[in-house]
Amino acid sequence: MPTRSKDRESPAAGLPAPTEDTAALLRELVAHLRQNRTQLREEWARRITRAQLLTAMTEEEIFAEATSVYDNYVEALETGTFEALQAYARNLSERIIPRGVETHEVVGIVLLLRDVLARSLFGKYHEDFDKLNRILDAYEPAANRIANTVAVGFVQERERIIRQQQEAIRELSTPVLQVRERLLILPIIGVIDPQRNRQLTEQLLRAIRTNRAKVVVIDITGVAAMDSNVANQLVQTVEASRLLGATVIVTGLSPEIAQTLVTIGVDLSEMATVGDLQGGIEEAERLLGYKVLPLEEVTPKG
Amino acid sequence: MEVPILKQGQNLIASIQSALTDADLSQLREALIERVGRFRARGVIVDVTALDVMDSFAVRTLRDIAHMARLRGAETVIVGIQPEVAFAMVQLGLTLKGVATALDLEEGLAFLDRAGQAGLDRPRGRIERA
Repeated sequence: MPTRSKDRESPAAGLPAPTEDTAALLRELVAHLRQNRTQLREEWARRITRAQLLTAMTEEEIFAEATSVYDNYVEALETGTFEALQAYARNLSERIIPRGVETHEVVGIVLLLRDVLARSLFGKYHEDFDKLNRILDAYEPAANRIANTVAVGFVQERERIIRQQQEAIRELSTPVLQVRERLLILPIIGVIDPQRNRQLTEQLLRAIRTNRAKVVVIDITGVAAMDSNVANQLVQTVEASRLLGATVIVTGLSPEIAQTLVTIGVDLSEMATVGDLQGGIEEAERLLGYKVLPLEEVTPKG
Repeated sequence: MEVPILKQGQNLIASIQSALTDADLSQLREALIERVGRFRARGVIVDVTALDVMDSFAVRTLRDIAHMARLRGAETVIVGIQPEVAFAMVQLGLTLKGVATALDLEEGLAFLDRAGQAGLDRPRGRIERA
């Protein structure tokens, strides 16, 4: 009899090693599940639809996925190894996460499959209660471990995607642009947290030095909310820029932000603020001594 | 190490070359304030480009120099603060309030020129608004 390999890094460690007896029972079980594959699979897909899980997918897609999940499930039960299942769970997650499938749905369908299969075992062995008991003893730990593996795989994949997106956002987040000689603009979009503020300030200070900027317009139209922490970070950025000899103009404070800041009592009197980006650039041009005129007014007529 | 103080027209330029002890800083302060009177200087520039750390004593001394020089009739500009130093300073709450700053020596001189033209109506601590 072949010894079964055990998956050491599976999340549900600490299961009793399957004895020869349970191995035999599992083989019997697998044979049963293979035999009734079509019928059980259909029953499972029906219950998925009835429970209104995987609503982001069409019925055909659910059935196709259900088939491969079923086969992988049975295979994991048969071999007792979970690597293949883990890989499949990761692959499945990669495909379905972008479509908006939620964690509870994935866990839900695997638990449904576990129940459907358990029911079918009840049906087959209901006459021999003792045997049913032993079959379930062999089946339940393995089934729970499968559910665990799939759920962990899904969550890990989701976390990986979230980390990836965070990095992408961070890289994209802070362009420092020169609009005129010695005039920079820094549009801030999204949430300012201490880490991002640090990165943003460092980038701005470097840009001030390399571009020899005298005036910086920071536009925060894209910042949805602000609390005292964020406001103080902004003040720090302004102060640091001033230490390098650049004047900072902050533009685009929304009415909500203005109200919040006054209500919570943040003092921004040190900061030059102008209503919108256009006004900020105009003010900056004035500070730099530029005057923008329509061409007709500059060129003499005649 | 003593900081050399150069006279250029109506301005005094103190260029810090290496890290300074507290005693050096105090000595710099006294020398500058004394020379503002002796040379009838209208502007003082302290160049800190070479400093990669600035502690609270250094910042306070620079601020004191600016305020004392103003009492003696000269405007002070601190030039050449490194980006990393600026960031560290604001995090420690050392912001040189009321003291003019500029990117480098050239900018500092330009600032003092403008301040001189504006006569008694000088800007205090920030670029003048038209």
